[in-house]
Amino acid sequence: MIGIQRGDNTVVGRWWWTVDRSLLAALLGLMAIGLIMVIIASPSVAERIDAPTFHFVKRHLLLLPFAAAAMFVCSLMTPRQTRMAALALLVGSAIALVATQVIGVEIKGARRWIPIGGFSLQASEFAKPAMAVLAAWMLTQFRQRGDSGYLIAAFLVFIIPFGLTAVQPDVGSSVVMTAVFGAQVFIAGISLWFAGLMGMAALSGFGLAYLYVPHVTSRVDRFLDPASGDTYQIDMSLNAFRAGGLIGKGPGDGIIKGALPDAHSDFIFAVAGEEFGLIACVVIVAIFAFVVLRTFYRALSDGGLFIMLSVSGLAAVFGSQALVNLGSTLALIPTKGMTLPFISYGGSSLFALAIGMGFALALTRKRLGPEDDA
Amino acid sequence: MSETNETLFAAAEPPSNAADPGLRADTGGRARPRTRFNLPVRVRLFPGRHDAQEVGRSRLFVTCAIFAVAFAVVTMKLVDASLYDPARTVRLDDSRAPEALPEPEQLRADILDRNGLLIATSLPVTSVCARPPLVRNPVATAFLVAGVLPELNAAAVQAQLERKAEFVWLQRHITPKQHQALLALGEPGLCFEREQRRVYPQSGLAAHVSGFTDVDGVGIAGIELAYNDVLNERRDPLRLSLDLRVQRIVRDEVQYAMDRFQATGGVGVLMDIANSETVAMVSLPDFDPNDPGTASADARFNRATLGVYEMGSTFKLLTAAQALEAGKATLSTKFDATTPIRIGRHTISDFHALNRWLTLEEVLIHSSNVGAAKIAELSGPAAQRDFFGRLGMLKKMSIEVAELGSPLAPRRWSEVHMLTIAFGHGLAVTPMHLSNAIASLTNGGVYRQATLLKQPGGDLAGGERVVSAKVSASIRWLMRQIVINGTGRNADTALYPVGGKTGTAEKAMGRRGYDKNAKLASFISVFPINDPKYVLLVMIDEPKPRADTFGYATGGWVAAPAVKAIIERAAPIIGMPPIGPDHPARQMPILQIEKRPETRT
Repeated sequence: MIGIQRGDNTVVGRWWWTVDRSLLAALLGLMAIGLIMVIIASPSVAERIDAPTFHFVKRHLLLLPFAAAAMFVCSLMTPRQTRMAALALLVGSAIALVATQVIGVEIKGARRWIPIGGFSLQASEFAKPAMAVLAAWMLTQFRQRGDSGYLIAAFLVFIIPFGLTAVQPDVGSSVVMTAVFGAQVFIAGISLWFAGLMGMAALSGFGLAYLYVPHVTSRVDRFLDPASGDTYQIDMSLNAFRAGGLIGKGPGDGIIKGALPDAHSDFIFAVAGEEFGLIACVVIVAIFAFVVLRTFYRALSDGGLFIMLSVSGLAAVFGSQALVNLGSTLALIPTKGMTLPFISYGGSSLFALAIGMGFALALTRKRLGPEDDA
Repeated sequence: MSETNETLFAAAEPPSNAADPGLRADTGGRARPRTRFNLPVRVRLFPGRHDAQEVGRSRLFVTCAIFAVAFAVVTMKLVDASLYDPARTVRLDDSRAPEALPEPEQLRADILDRNGLLIATSLPVTSVCARPPLVRNPVATAFLVAGVLPELNAAAVQAQLERKAEFVWLQRHITPKQHQALLALGEPGLCFEREQRRVYPQSGLAAHVSGFTDVDGVGIAGIELAYNDVLNERRDPLRLSLDLRVQRIVRDEVQYAMDRFQATGGVGVLMDIANSETVAMVSLPDFDPNDPGTASADARFNRATLGVYEMGSTFKLLTAAQALEAGKATLSTKFDATTPIRIGRHTISDFHALNRWLTLEEVLIHSSNVGAAKIAELSGPAAQRDFFGRLGMLKKMSIEVAELGSPLAPRRWSEVHMLTIAFGHGLAVTPMHLSNAIASLTNGGVYRQATLLKQPGGDLAGGERVVSAKVSASIRWLMRQIVINGTGRNADTALYPVGGKTGTAEKAMGRRGYDKNAKLASFISVFPINDPKYVLLVMIDEPKPRADTFGYATGGWVAAPAVKAIIERAAPIIGMPPIGPDHPARQMPILQIEKRPETRT
């Protein structure tokens, strides 16, 4: 990369000088930290389920280069190509979400995965960045043309994957989609009156989930009143942070990874807390905050409404997913099965987020002028 | 964006691109949609008066700020959880690497014999415990743990692991190999504690002296109990007066005598008469202090210090010493032993009645009960009680074990009591009491409290004179005559001149009087009698008569041979060259005055 000259006019050369390199560095840094954490946390989990010790490590090592490549390829796209790719991704994931309901495997009470050649595909992960880009495009069209058809289209772009995700049920993804779309509509300039109405609707939707989705009920009950049920996972998680203290017990010396079934995915941050301590965890949170805030900042640059909406939507996907995971692990919110972006093991999530951040890198590249229609 | 209210229900009008310089869209020349779809509701969702991008910027800033605040909250919670949050019910912070196990702060002090041999020592050991909440699979873990620790069975371990407890012991005091094997299981729910374990390398040899500790190292018997705090605090080992070589011999011989006469118990005490150091103290049956849990209550009972017995004729030495010391009689004073004494319901008679007048010397040699009673009559009950008191026979001893028996003395010391106590009935004391008293009477006449601790060399300060040196010499003379001419012949050995006194007591049966068939056969001896160094008591509990002892199970037949064997085996070890039959030292002049300097008092 050092060898790339300013005047290099190749695709890669132009990419290198226009891409947000600090954001790229932060994302690659997260992937590297994620690799370390999967290597540390997953062998215990693998042995626990009688899989080969390095089962998850091998898969992660296999997928990570492809994920990084996907991010790179996506970041080469023009905004127009990005929209096309997002459309294809949304159609594909919608079909996959329908297929999940038909042929999907049920794991722990939810039907979220389709087995594909030894891997399980979680289509809802891919729907999120695709929805963010397409909803941004539809909202931009609406704002520019004043045609309410685009507004309805934007809502459809949101409501179709949301509905397909919610019935699985995958409450976590539904909540993230709602938050992302809500943020985009808010930024697009919806009246505060209606924004309030939407907030109410979202809250009552969550209330319905609490009333009618049993595992949501149970999770929320246990969060509000820890004495009401088994809080084993969250107790273990908090104790891991306490045991790690400032500098941690040292790599490999933690024991929570042997005690929690999701130590390599949903609770990987607790493993980091136990073995590497507070300082390392603050660094990880700081990188996440940097990625999210940096992406938002780039959305503010004078790139036009589409860039603003799509980039902030992608930042919200990444940020809300990170915050939901960190909040669950730290008992700030009810336990929610969601991976920590780029850190957790999980092929679908890794790929989907790599594509999403690839879109974000593509859309935030320096351009001579706004390229809403490029 | 604050001006939305007035436009909420305003007619929807298309946002003007001309008014939106920020939206430089549609420059691509693509066809505009021909028809425009409007929501049927006349609600203005997106007020369009302002530059959409300007509104977007400020709202994006708000969104961004919300995320920033959320990350700040996560960071604060992270700091709180890592540094300040109290641990939850499941504690993890103790399960660190095993090398971090702390050594016990200070090992309990060793107990050594007088030559420095180990009687009790403490070893640092590991114990295995478990934290049930951390055990993932109790069934599998129990199976693996039981495989390593053969004393446990899997079902019991599983039950322990499934208890709703924070902490359970699985097994105390495991071996390093077992520790290693358990670590290799990789079970995070197992934990290990560094502890100390009390070990008694001599097994049962000095069990009643050392006593033992519980699994936590707290003394619960013997010196371990009496000196519990001392042993925990001191760094130097505690050195006893015991000589394990002699202890071994005494135990062998007492056991042999017990086996020979099918006795229920036995006592052997060997004491230095000068400073009252206890060189050997055996109570049989005994037990292995390494595993006291399996011992019977009888085996754990210390007959030497806790058991009180009516010792019988050995008391006659005290009776004689009292009369001699008071000047009421000499060795040749005659006493009427022609007829048994009748007093109230009681009759005092002799075992081998000679039915004639006996000198004091003859009373002792033939062990005449009637004669002893007559000797006691010279001084009366008060003087007898006073004399026994000065010999320490009426109060609990203060030797260094926890098990100390209180003498059973008559509350009102009547004439009858005086007569029976004269020949050893009516006052029950421990064997240690008697040994201590005889040591005082033969060492020149000074009473020193018996001890189990090695005394600083040559320090004979203190002590109370109980009889004169002359009386002490007379007692030694009497003891020698008893062995040469009297009931103690079986204790005589060609190697050393021995003095002694037999005792055969019928055991008291509570209020029902005495059991003629349950006897205590004892022999108290002093050797070498020409220059006494040690007092040795052997007492055999309930010996059964044998054909080759002519149906006798008396002190002379049961205990005296054991005394002889012990002296022959032990005396050379403790630095006494044999004194053969022709040795001039054997020619002990009658009433030879104590030659050793009186300064020893």
